[in-house]
Amino acid sequence: MTETTTLPAVAPLLDALATRLHAELTAAPEAALLVGIHTGGAWLAAALHRRLDLPVPLGTLDVSYYRDDLAQGGLRPRQQPSALPGGVDGKTVWLIDDVLHTGRTVRAALNELFDFGRPARVRLLVLVDRGGHELPIRADLVGTRVDALPAQRRVRLHGPDPLHLELGDGRSMRAGDTR
Amino acid sequence: MSTAIPRPGPLPGTLQVRDGQLRHLLTIEGLGRPLLEQILDNAESFASLNEQGVKKVPLLRGKTIANLFFEPSTRTRTTFELAAKRLSADVMNLTMSASSTTKGETLLDTLRNLEAMQCDLFIVRHAEAGAAHFIARHVAPNIAVVNAGDGRHAHPTQALLDMFTIRRHKGDLSSLRVAVVGDVLHSRVARSDIHALNTLATGEVRVIGPRTLLPAGVEQLGVQVYHDMDKGLRDVDVVMMLRLQRERMHGAFIPSEHEYFQRYGLTEERLALAAPDAIVMHPGPANRGVEITSEVADGPRSVILEQVTYGLSVRMAVMAMVMGVKDAFDT
Repeated sequence: MTETTTLPAVAPLLDALATRLHAELTAAPEAALLVGIHTGGAWLAAALHRRLDLPVPLGTLDVSYYRDDLAQGGLRPRQQPSALPGGVDGKTVWLIDDVLHTGRTVRAALNELFDFGRPARVRLLVLVDRGGHELPIRADLVGTRVDALPAQRRVRLHGPDPLHLELGDGRSMRAGDTR
Repeated sequence: MSTAIPRPGPLPGTLQVRDGQLRHLLTIEGLGRPLLEQILDNAESFASLNEQGVKKVPLLRGKTIANLFFEPSTRTRTTFELAAKRLSADVMNLTMSASSTTKGETLLDTLRNLEAMQCDLFIVRHAEAGAAHFIARHVAPNIAVVNAGDGRHAHPTQALLDMFTIRRHKGDLSSLRVAVVGDVLHSRVARSDIHALNTLATGEVRVIGPRTLLPAGVEQLGVQVYHDMDKGLRDVDVVMMLRLQRERMHGAFIPSEHEYFQRYGLTEERLALAAPDAIVMHPGPANRGVEITSEVADGPRSVILEQVTYGLSVRMAVMAMVMGVKDAFDT
């Protein structure tokens, strides 16, 4: 395999994801909750929410306090409060993140989510699955897959408006698959 | 030969800060504005967390924090303990007699024992100025130290929670007039507050008190000095009252409690001299009727209880930051 050097445009990926998510949610939108993981995932969730046109509440999760790498990365400033409107009990929670890499962010998000209650089910939507999973975590809806990236390369979502994807070398990364 | 705890002198810059990150928190002196603001920003995040239904996060799970209180202080100890527990750390409370550990050697002995128990963070309260520095210089490299008050020297987390309270109410400090009132001479809180206010480029910092309770050369700290309470309070945006220690009341520092109250007690009438939206702060516990009336302490402009609430968020931020310094865990 060769290293991917270009990443697709975000808008068509979002349109396709919105269509598939719409199909999943139409049966019972009120029993679902979209939850974007700060920062990139929250931008993405907001963008999807606008496209869906369904009465699904939109929440955000900042998993900084649930990370397992404080000793490696230190505390990041400006955590955002998590907001889960209407709570998670009995809901189908759609966790939304920009990039799925090691899976540790999603693990942290799951832990945090369950501190807030007991969802009926949790599903995962990501814009980019770049492989390199370190945990048995797979996304239910994926915008695009990027394979054969060296571990130190980073896929980053810039936003919130417009949203676009970029490949970086891992330094000066904010949103994106730093974990 | 015993080693007495040295007086705090100028600190080697690397003792508190390493690569721009907070390694220990011993004093406000020497900490730059970006770092103070970073602590306050982190505290802001924890404040939001403390307002949520689920207040506990696993950030410091598996870490052990020892509250080393050589000087009793239930309230400070309790807030450090609760802050640590909200971060999911294990907490040990050790109340030790100051007299048996005043000498450096005995203190070192205690430290070695605690190190052997695999502690990760020491919260130190001691009647001797410099005790927290001494400990920070001598602990194993994987242990962080936070000063919870040492003698007359410093009380950095109190100063930070004071700054946090002011920032929440007033926003930017650069246009503010802040008055620190009372026993500045014996107050580690006042000393740390003045350093923090100056570091954050507060518009004007005033100290108000009788000559006997202001340190000689206090002007060198970059403050305006007032011995007249009414003049000093005029148009200030923040009134930071200090606690008058009981032993000062009966010593030669003030003629009598009554006279002190007459000249420096904060009453509704006096508070009317300050800006109309001025806030009143006090590190607690207040001597009602000595430095402040109950009317003011419990009044609408008092933010004394908010200070307690924010103390939790600030201490969570400080603990998380000193535990998140990579170098500390490289050994």
